[in-house]
Amino acid sequence: MGTLSLRRRLRERGIDAVTLLVLPGVVFVLALFVYPFLYGLVLSFTPREGGWLANYQKFFSDPFLYDTIWLTLQIAVPVTLLNTVLSVPVALRVRLMKRQRLLTAILVIPITLGTVMVAEGLLTYLGPRGWLNRFLLELGVANSPVRLVHNYWGVMLSLVINGFPFTFLLTLSYVTGIDPALEQAGAMLGARARARFFRILLPLLAPGLAITLALAFVQAFTVFPSAVLLGAPAGPTRVISIVAYQAAFEQYDYPLASAIAMLMALVQVIIIVALLGARTLVFRGPASTGKG
Amino acid sequence: MPIASDFRELRLDRISRDFGQLRALRDVSLTVRRGEFVALLGPSGCGKSTALNCIAGLLQVTDGALWLDEQRLDAMGPEDRGFGMVFQNYALFPHMSVRRNIGFGLVTQRRPRAEIERRVDRVLALVRLEAQADKLPGQLSGGQQQRVAIARAIVVEPPLLLMDEPLSNLDAKLRLEMRAEVRRIHTMLGCSTIYVTHDQEEALSLADRILVMIDGQTRQIGTPEELYARPAHSDVAEFMGYRNLITSAAETVEGGVAVTVGGARVTGIAMEPIGARAVAAIRPDDLRPTADGPIAVTVEIAEYHGRDFYAVARGSDGTDLYFRSDHRVSAGDTVRLAAAPSRVLVYAA
Repeated sequence: MGTLSLRRRLRERGIDAVTLLVLPGVVFVLALFVYPFLYGLVLSFTPREGGWLANYQKFFSDPFLYDTIWLTLQIAVPVTLLNTVLSVPVALRVRLMKRQRLLTAILVIPITLGTVMVAEGLLTYLGPRGWLNRFLLELGVANSPVRLVHNYWGVMLSLVINGFPFTFLLTLSYVTGIDPALEQAGAMLGARARARFFRILLPLLAPGLAITLALAFVQAFTVFPSAVLLGAPAGPTRVISIVAYQAAFEQYDYPLASAIAMLMALVQVIIIVALLGARTLVFRGPASTGKG
Repeated sequence: MPIASDFRELRLDRISRDFGQLRALRDVSLTVRRGEFVALLGPSGCGKSTALNCIAGLLQVTDGALWLDEQRLDAMGPEDRGFGMVFQNYALFPHMSVRRNIGFGLVTQRRPRAEIERRVDRVLALVRLEAQADKLPGQLSGGQQQRVAIARAIVVEPPLLLMDEPLSNLDAKLRLEMRAEVRRIHTMLGCSTIYVTHDQEEALSLADRILVMIDGQTRQIGTPEELYARPAHSDVAEFMGYRNLITSAAETVEGGVAVTVGGARVTGIAMEPIGARAVAAIRPDDLRPTADGPIAVTVEIAEYHGRDFYAVARGSDGTDLYFRSDHRVSAGDTVRLAAAPSRVLVYAA
């Protein structure tokens, strides 16, 4: 018996004709993500004037620009926490329901509507002459229209409406992955609902929640249409994506825009790495044991 | 309202449980005395796990009542009943070590740390898992996980221990070993136990008394000897290993009832009032090849079981009969079988 042919040897390692199917995906990722990203990275170090760090220096010397990081975090962090924390009790309740699918479909509709349509709706519904304000004035709860659009609150609301279905779906899938017998065992050992939640459910959900937080954060941090339509882009809701947009399409300073985009990416990477790092401190195995 | 840990008896009083239209439990009654080991035995889907969950408080009863001496249990949640439960898939907390799993109930009771450590160590020694104390459940074998589940249930010294088919996920050899473990622990602790299983061998070897449940109803309650030798109904007999169930015309004769088995007329004992037709139940062990036996059969399949042979044969009237033989039999052999009248149990058809 001679040595195996090259083809056979490759096949034993899992490489055969079917593996070539991955090529289109690889080409796609390289062409439409890796290349533009690297191009942008290089571009950020080639400013219109000044040394190779000039764009970054410009960003950090102009409060109008560097304040945006803090402003965006001010919006993104509370929204992320709110959406994730809120998804837990809702998911826990929904998993006990019989008509789960109907309720899940309803809760997921906002994703299908898209950011712009939700923003339009909120402008009409929550504006000074909108339904909510007229209702509040009618009841006498408010003396003058409550300011909920074209400010921080409008952006918050829009992000919650767009982000909650996403965190809810993720959390629901984690929650349904937990063996119900675990809670039953906890109950038999005397643990009431609160104890069961903090000692059994939460530790098992924590790794999944870390991922949910990371994904929800990315969604919120890169906010753009909501901030423009429902916020006050010149002032308190001047998020980092807006200044990147302005640099690119109003000032036509692509190197600066690229630099801002790189900084956006950097902030997100830092937060994600921190979250995933914290995740490894908590248990990371499957949420059921035995041959169940 | 703490449960008295030295109770006299647990009483199920005509328990029923419905799931929508489905009546999973129908008027199940049982009294468990302190220290007793009672098995709930029945085929899959008969309602025995439902009954156990009702006793545990994980399910509400739709009708009937549950009593612990004079205390009514129905309204109490599982957290307050204080019973120990061992689940079929063990339900060990995957994020906690063996030690923390076992100590969970004691931590919930807010016992002092020293006491928790002492009691957990004692139970770890009892189930012989001292070396695995700091491992996670995912790092243990099935048998080890099973022992942790048992340890976790008994460390709180519950008045009643509930076990839901705890050995069904183990391989045959491990099952035998763990069966001995369960027996040993019960003998040492004397804890009242209700044990759900579909394996009649398990029930016979472990229980003081057995409740046979079929289709949500109690069919018979008795000692292992009673159930083995004198099942009360034909469906209980079938479940207890009486593989030969032959329906035929019946006639009361002197000494018992005459039925037709494999084309031959055989005498048996009536277990209940019978009419013109009856079902005769005979264990394969009780149907023996004899030189002048009345039942003539032709062997179709013969299985070698080491010490003896287990065969399926066809009688002259076309019915299949199952019997055991000490000597070799092969397909095609003609054999004559006989059964003692006291071992032919006749039921109403």
